[in-house]
Amino acid sequence: MGYTISEKILLAHTDKKDIHPGEFIEAKIDLCLGNDITAPLAIAEFRKSGFKKVFDNKKIVLVPDHFAPAKDLRSANQCKILANFAKEQRIKNYFEVGCMGIEHALLPEQKLVLPGDLVIGADSHTCTYGALGCYATGVGSTDLARAFIDGKCWFKVPHSIKFIYKGKLKKWVGGKDLILYTIGQIGVDGALYAAMEFTGEAVKKLPVDDRFAMSNMAIEAGGRAGVIEPDALTLKYVRPAPRKFKVYASDKDAVYAKVYEWDVSKLEPQVACPHLPSNIKPAAELSSVLLDQVVIGSCTNGRISDLRIAAKILKGKKIKAGLRLIVIPATQKIYLEAVKEGLAEIFVKAGGVFSTPTCGPCLGGHMGILTEGETCLATTNRNFIGRMGSPKSFVYLSNPAVAAASAIKGRIAHPEEVR
Amino acid sequence: MIIKGKAHKFGNDINTDDIIAAKYLVSTDAKELGGHCMETIKPDFAKSVKEGDIIVAGKNFGCGSSREHAPLAINGCGIKAVVARSFAGIFFRNAINIGLPFMESEDVDKIADSDLLEIDLSSGIIKNLTQNQTYHSQPFPEFLRQIIQEGGLMNYISTRCKSNRAPV
Repeated sequence: MGYTISEKILLAHTDKKDIHPGEFIEAKIDLCLGNDITAPLAIAEFRKSGFKKVFDNKKIVLVPDHFAPAKDLRSANQCKILANFAKEQRIKNYFEVGCMGIEHALLPEQKLVLPGDLVIGADSHTCTYGALGCYATGVGSTDLARAFIDGKCWFKVPHSIKFIYKGKLKKWVGGKDLILYTIGQIGVDGALYAAMEFTGEAVKKLPVDDRFAMSNMAIEAGGRAGVIEPDALTLKYVRPAPRKFKVYASDKDAVYAKVYEWDVSKLEPQVACPHLPSNIKPAAELSSVLLDQVVIGSCTNGRISDLRIAAKILKGKKIKAGLRLIVIPATQKIYLEAVKEGLAEIFVKAGGVFSTPTCGPCLGGHMGILTEGETCLATTNRNFIGRMGSPKSFVYLSNPAVAAASAIKGRIAHPEEVR
Repeated sequence: MIIKGKAHKFGNDINTDDIIAAKYLVSTDAKELGGHCMETIKPDFAKSVKEGDIIVAGKNFGCGSSREHAPLAINGCGIKAVVARSFAGIFFRNAINIGLPFMESEDVDKIADSDLLEIDLSSGIIKNLTQNQTYHSQPFPEFLRQIIQEGGLMNYISTRCKSNRAPV
């Protein structure tokens, strides 16, 4: 019996001869990650257990991005814990404000994650890197503390579910729409404890940035990973690579717990309605939803191609009076590219703000908190009750094209409405 | 180990933002976090919990973010165990790793809010003392039982990884 790509990567990081879904294994990781919310807890656990030195300071990444640049005194204290630990342990991959970006855009950009890697991160959206053909999964702070000690992590080998997307995507439809559609079809626990594997003609033609958006939201269906087999586009993205890597592909006789196959050639831009990412409707059916705020950014859709799409729609136009548009490039590199390409100017002239990289509003941290009764359309990944602030506010999720068009209209709009 | 307490019922897909809102993640103190547990969806929850009480929920409990502050907040407000139909992947790990007792049971719908429960973690048996019923939970695999028995992941690793320790 053959193996899926996820099983192959997990197996390659153990001393075992074979591997089976459901089995518990201990595996050596290639990289582990923590941020200003999760790493302080991991560092405290590490110290409390009496350990003094991390297993390998080149395999640890610390990114203060959630409440950074520090939103208040207590966040500043959290960020400082990371800075001090990085200095003490000589962790090179600590990204201070100025080098910092949203972790899941930053790590691939810095080529810290490569195909075939086994990556854990104390952040649920660590599954983003699966887009490069690695096995990347979110864990807790104690898992991270343990990885600091011996570079290992325990895993329950997930069963794999295959998603085949057939057909050619329409204009204004991308990776975000594919994953929203998928979550809408299978539900927020439709891939509970599974490795999701995305394939098919539509995925093969997706630019890498769109693939990141897809893998990013695997967790929103309960998936432990969202993996896409590396192809020519992946290799072009990761090369020149700073170290060796291995490309894995699923065997023809690999075993899947389930296979979904959808023709997505007629798919329209999708929107997740409050208060679950599985509450999906086509954008065109939501034109009565009035908006107070639009956020374009996050680890899902804060990459340069997302900003380009939004700018294309907003160029020479003004956003609806009274609406707040907040655009957040995910990394410093993307920020600079957006400035050089004139995208920043387009956003500001349209009436939006252009922020330094931060997770900020996505989790109700800072830079765009909603008050009671307010409604926001965001290119982020979660719309739970109170996610962006007041428990009496409303969050809708979409791709950047829908977000930009909606900012102009002041209500949820299909991009064609503003062309 | 036997835990006896009142059931606090919740529905399906209770996410980590429900359990502890992100604005409180500037703290890692279980007691402080516990004061805000479930605040978004049940503002008076933390006050209504008596030490030893039990959360009973539907499917996919703890979905969403990786924040270990979620099981910490549950612990911190006095809840001693969580029984649910199923748990989200990262919450499951976190509960094992920090030693928050939990059980997966198909019978959660039979339990009503405020029912008095007695759960036996070693046998996996849940007794509903109010309704005079008995339910069974999914047994933990051996590997996880070991971590739970040793009081969580850090204890488990500390006994197996003696080098690299700071002089006490």
